[in-house]
Parts: sequence; structure tokens; C-alpha cells
Amino acid sequence: MDPVLIGRWQFGITTVYHFWMVPLTLGLGMLVAILQTLYHRTGDEVYLRSTKFFGKLFLINFIMGVATGLVQEFQFGMAWSEYSRFVGDVFGAPLAMEALLAFFLESTFLGLWIFGWGRLPRGVHLASLWCAVIGSWISAYFIIVANSWMQHPVGVEMVDGRPVMTDVWAVLSNNTAIAAYTHTLFGAVAVGASFLLGISWYHLYRRRKDGIDTIAADGELVVGSAPDLPGRDKLDHRVWIRSLRIGAVVGIVAFAGVAITGDVQAKLMFEQQPMKMASAEGACHDGTGFSVLTVGDPSSNDCDGVENVFEIPGLLSFLAKGDFSTPVHGVTTLLPEYQERYGTHLPDDPRYGEHAGEKIDYQPIMIVTYWGFRFMIGFGMIAAGVCAIGLWLTRRGTVPDSKWLMRGALLSITTPFIANSAGWVFTEMGRQPFVVAPNPAQLDGVYMFTQAALSPEVTPAMLLFSLISLTAVYGALMIVELRLLTGYVRGGVASAMPELARVNHTPKITGDDDVLSFAY
Amino acid sequence: METLATIWFVLIIVLWMGYLFLDGFDLGVGMLMPLFSRDERQKRVLLNSIGPVWDGNEVWLVTAAGATFAAFPHWYASLFSALYVPLTLCLLALIFRAVAIEYRGKGHTPAWRSFWTWAMALGSLGIAFFVGALLAITSTGLPLNEYGDMVGGAFAWIGWPALLGGLGGVGFALVHGLLYLGLKTEGPMRAKARRWALRAMLPASVPFLIWFWLAGLTRFWLLAVVAVSVVFLTASVRAVRAGAEKRAFTFHVIYLVTGLSAVFAAVYPVILPSTLNPAHSLTVTSASSSEYTLGVMFVVTVIFLPIIIGYQIFSYRMFLGRLRETHIPEAHRLPVAIRS
Repeated sequence: MDPVLIGRWQFGITTVYHFWMVPLTLGLGMLVAILQTLYHRTGDEVYLRSTKFFGKLFLINFIMGVATGLVQEFQFGMAWSEYSRFVGDVFGAPLAMEALLAFFLESTFLGLWIFGWGRLPRGVHLASLWCAVIGSWISAYFIIVANSWMQHPVGVEMVDGRPVMTDVWAVLSNNTAIAAYTHTLFGAVAVGASFLLGISWYHLYRRRKDGIDTIAADGELVVGSAPDLPGRDKLDHRVWIRSLRIGAVVGIVAFAGVAITGDVQAKLMFEQQPMKMASAEGACHDGTGFSVLTVGDPSSNDCDGVENVFEIPGLLSFLAKGDFSTPVHGVTTLLPEYQERYGTHLPDDPRYGEHAGEKIDYQPIMIVTYWGFRFMIGFGMIAAGVCAIGLWLTRRGTVPDSKWLMRGALLSITTPFIANSAGWVFTEMGRQPFVVAPNPAQLDGVYMFTQAALSPEVTPAMLLFSLISLTAVYGALMIVELRLLTGYVRGGVASAMPELARVNHTPKITGDDDVLSFAY
Repeated sequence: METLATIWFVLIIVLWMGYLFLDGFDLGVGMLMPLFSRDERQKRVLLNSIGPVWDGNEVWLVTAAGATFAAFPHWYASLFSALYVPLTLCLLALIFRAVAIEYRGKGHTPAWRSFWTWAMALGSLGIAFFVGALLAITSTGLPLNEYGDMVGGAFAWIGWPALLGGLGGVGFALVHGLLYLGLKTEGPMRAKARRWALRAMLPASVPFLIWFWLAGLTRFWLLAVVAVSVVFLTASVRAVRAGAEKRAFTFHVIYLVTGLSAVFAAVYPVILPSTLNPAHSLTVTSASSSEYTLGVMFVVTVIFLPIIIGYQIFSYRMFLGRLRETHIPEAHRLPVAIRS
């Protein structure tokens, strides 16, 4: 078996999995911090309840992000040691900065937040959560700086065959990184927003189905309470409708941010990695049209077999260059340019293992880039559409009494996740055959083919061992996490605030005997 | 260049020491989960004693690895790819330990709790073993070829250093966890931690002591450092006997710091020896990043490490005080799903 392929599968699986936890941490963390800030400022118990409820879900997810993040940091050295040696001078720095500036902040203050209810002064407790959330946002910045350097290397010069950092500010302010960072953050906020919307919808629906909330003959909503169900009082209704509407508004704003930053990023990428964008567009030949549907067999990577059935004239030029007429180069134009600049065959060097001397295929797998790009945009639009529809349908203060709509709302939680994953798969696989893509403007020699990046003495058996064991453990933990999340979601606010299950509860944040003070 | 690289070598060893000093007791408490505690309430005392701080402690490991990548890419690449199999196991252990701490209390059947208790114990054991082994191996070396890659297959790292370091790591963490519990608990658990520590301390420290001693033999002045280390270990034992828990814990840390200093001073300027040919060994200069990168990272570290230490101390101060079983509230049961 080809060790490069196994190594890539492992990196792909572990990274996509890790990036299911991460956007929820980034997005939901911010929303929980906003909810707690609202509680701090208004004293309204609605926000205390939503903070505790969504905070609990946030923590269940957060720990999985931490656990799977360690794998990310270790596997560069374990499986991709040649890559680590080649890029270490510039790539290691943002990773170390991430740990120093972000991870310590995030984990120390999250510990303070979890255990600090009623123990820390309220302002300090709230600030702890903000520190943790800001820490997670800083960590996203540094890891995207590292990734963007692989997409578009800057700030280095070649010394003895390796890029050496000469300008750390150029690396940190890489325009690719700024565009990708803002794009990723808005995408993460969209994930958190859909999460709020879907789960709140579910509870509002349950309240209607259980006959707690009813619609009177004049169309007015009558909010009731069910004393026998823990936490199902009148306030409970406000918790969900408020969370739902916050989620919907934030989701729409986030989508606008995603679209704007995505446009900036796409324009950069047309310049920096033209082949990636050409194959994302199914653009075999130069032209201006944006493909809405391409048939034939894009998977063959054979331009003769690909036909654009329907395209919007001018749109591609607009996306790439900002006008409707400049033709965008297609694959057939770009291929000879790449071959001329970076060679037609891999060097006949033992470091390339069995791939030495192979012909280089500069065109990424078109079916992945083409559909990855469209899934990203399509599912992002669905997520935003659900938010808009959700705002309209809940204008009377609750959700329609429809099981299918409730199911749709819950299912829509997955859409921004899919958009996020599709976007990353597109941009990472679109970078192939390079692990470090060349910067077309400068920096001759600063690029690396993926085939040269693997650890030379690591065997396919070792790679398979880690691939299989990590995938199996990840799969099992996914089931555990989803079951825990489902259990806590079903229980409603009372699952995070057991005092609501007691008769005649008084809302309070207490000291020593509070459950969250001894969270475990 | 050499000065900066040496500073970075020292910093990375300090990060590893910080990791063992801090997460060491989390790992010890984790290993103690199934056997030390009599009942569920005591298990939860153990869990909550490290609850607010363990995640921050683990970041010392992340930082040690990240700083190694940044400052010594060749060290990071050679060591991590050579230890492919043990590090895979270590990662699995890290995953289970982390998830166990967070998820154990979120389910309510005895099977669920016992599964995560054991996941935490075995996870902690695995981490302590493999981190100890990694540190010992990086001081004694690996069969590296001229490219810095380990030859001889997936298991060529196995040998007495791996065993010594691994067992030493487990022993250190176990004792460190007991000393921490002595500081952090009240009542019968505190007394029990002291009894167990007294019994475990000397035998559990033997592997590390052998490792330190062998390093000390290389140079006369290092022998003096190792002697200091031994003195502090004995002083720590005596402090436990006298019931001076703070002193015992502090001395145990000094024992570790002096011992590891001797070990890594003995190999310097080599940072990863090749057992095949000394010419293939990685040294502080041959494995390091450029002076510019080392300088940038040094400035970042000098600014942020004190801040980090500052807020970690703040975090520890917030959770100062001993836990007793009566502090632990009733297990919080998830309400039955709200459905009609």
C-alpha cells in the first residue's frame, strides 16, 4: 500500500473530525459568553438558564476538541517528519505561539469558569469565560496562520534547501491568513447559531405538543407551565424563544460575514493557487462563466470528458477578478505553466520513496474540488435560509405545531458543519499535489510535494495501526458524545440546573454545595 | 546562535519539568482512581481535586511539543517519527484521560462510571509511562541514520532506557499524586495518602534514581547535582513522615528538577544521540531553527511565560483549600426526558 495515501487518509480523518468540535467550541463559546454577559447586565433569569444549559453542551463538546487537538500537534512529527524538517523554521513558531498565547489562556480560564460558579466574584467569573473564548479565537488565528503558510508561503528565504523565516510579521499578516481566519470564524459562529436555533426549536415544539403553550382562538400565544415536569415553567418558554431568535439573527449575520470574507479569499486564491480554483470551477478552458452544473466525468480529471451544461456568463470573472469580462484561466492553460515552473516529474531522489521520478499530476481531483466548493456554499446558504425562515415562523412567539418542521430545524444543525468540512476538504485537497503550495509571485523553491513529506522510516503497517486505532476510537467517542448531548438536550434546562427539579426552587447561585462548583 | 539554541534547549527542558511537576499529580490522582478510593464519593473527591486545573496543566505538554517543533524541528521530527508506535498509544491515553474526566460524571449507571474510572486510570498510566520513556530515550539515544531517521523497525526504541524512563514516570506521577492528595484533601483520605506515600516513595523512585545516577557518572560535578537530588528525595520522605505536606511536595519537585537537570546537562550539547554513529547525533546547533526564529520565539516566551505562570498561580489560589467527602454533593441525575 502507498504510505503517502494512508498518511493522507489519517490526516484527513483526524483533521475533519477535530474540526467538527472546533467550530462549535468557537461559535457556541462566544454565544454562551454573550448570554452570560446579558445575565450579568440585566439579571434576567432567562439568561442564567440559557447560559447554564448551553454551557453544559459547550463543555461536553469542548473536551473532545481538546483531546483530538493533541493528535494534530503530534502527527506532523510522527507521520510527516520530512515535512516538519522542511518547514520547521517557520511552521513551528505559530504552533508554539498558539500554545503559549492561546491554549494556556483557554484551558486555565475555562477551569476557573466551570468550577467558579458562586465561588468567584460574578464579574471575574464572567471575565473567565471571555478569556477562555478569546483564547480559543487566538488559537484559531495561529493555526490558520500556519495553514495559510502552506497555502501561500511568505516571509522566508531559502537557505541550504530549506525555507528560513526572515520576517515573522509577514507570516502573521499573510493576506491568505487574514482572509481564511475571518472566513473560518464567521463559519464557526454560524455553527453555534444553528445549534441554538435547532435545539430551542425542539423545546418550543415539545412545549406545544405537551399542551403547555397553546394558541388561543384569536391567534394569541398562551404560555403555560407544567409543574410536574422539571423546569417547564413560564420562564422556560422565554429561554427557548430568546435563544432561538438570538441564534437566527446571529446565523444570518454570520452568513453575511462568511460570504464577504469568502469572496475576498476566493479572489486571493485565483491569484495564489489558480489551479485549485480552476478545478473548483470545473473550468477546463479559459472563460468567464460560473458553472452551475457540470456533467461528464469530473472524476476522470480528463478535460475532454467534462462538459459545462449550464453556466452563468461573467459570474466566474466577477468572483475571481471583480468584473464580468476578464477571462479566467482554465486547467488546460495552467497545466503547461505549472509544468514549466515546477517540473513534469518528481525528482529521482530516494526521499520520494516509491514515487521518485513519477509524473506530477498538477490537477487536484476535480470531483472533490468542484463539489467541495459547491457543498460549502450550498449548505452555508441552507443554514442561513433556515435562520431567516425560523425568524419568520416564530414571529408569534413560538414555533408551528409541526413535527416535520421541528425535525428539519434539528437537522439543519448539521448544515453549517457540512459547509465547514466541505470547505476545508476543498481547500486542502485542492492544494495537492503540493503540501506547501508555491507562491507564484516570489520565493522560488519554497514549495514541497506531498510525496516528499512523509516520515521516511515509518512503514505502512505503522501508519495503518494508528489510522485504524484512531478512527475506531474517534468513531466510538462520536457515538458517546452524541448520546450525551442528546440526553442533556432532552432534559432541557433542568439537566444543567437540577435545582429546577426541586419543588419551590429559588433561583440562586450558591456557594460550596452548588453542583457546578464540583462539576465532576 | 549557540547561546540562543542552548537557551532554547534549557527552556524546553523547563517546559517538560513544568509538565511533570504539574500534570504529574493529575496523572497520579488518575491512576489512583480505581484502587485508592473506597466508594463513589471518594472517587469524586479525587476527580474534583484536580478538576479545575488539570487541563491547564496538560497545556505544558502541548507547549513542550510545540516549542520543540519551533526551536528544534529536527529534534521534533526525528524523535516523534521514531517513537511513532509509543506516541500513538500515548495519544490514545491522552484522549481517554481527558474525555474520562469530563464524561464520567455525566452518566449515571455503575457500568458507565466504572468504565471511565478505568479509562482515566489506564490513560493516566499510559501518559506517565510514555512521557517518561520519551524523556529517557531522548537522553540515551536512538539508532539514527545519517538523515536523522530511526532504523531497525517500529520497535527499535525498546530497551532499558525506555523501560527505566517509563516505570520512572509512572512511579514519579504516583507519588506526586499521593503528595498532592495529602495537600488537597482532609480527613481519612489525607491520612491514607500519607500512609501510601510513605510506603511507595522509595521503591517508586528507584527507576528515576538509576537514570539520574547513570547521567551523574559522566562528570564529577553532575554527581554532586544528583546527590542534591537524592538529598531532596530523602528530605521529602522525612517531611511526609513528619506530616509536613507542603514541604514534602516541594522537596519532591526539587528532586525531580535537579535530577532531570543532571540528565540533560550530561548529554548537552547533544539533544538526541545516535546509538549507531555519534556523527549522526542531533545537537543543539545541528537540530535548531535559524537564529531569527529562535530570537522571535524567545521574545514571545519571555513576555508570555511569566503571564501564564501568573494566571495559573491565580487559578490555584482560587481553588485553595482542602476537599473532604462531605463537600461532594449528591450525584446530579439527569432528569428523565421531558416528553409526554
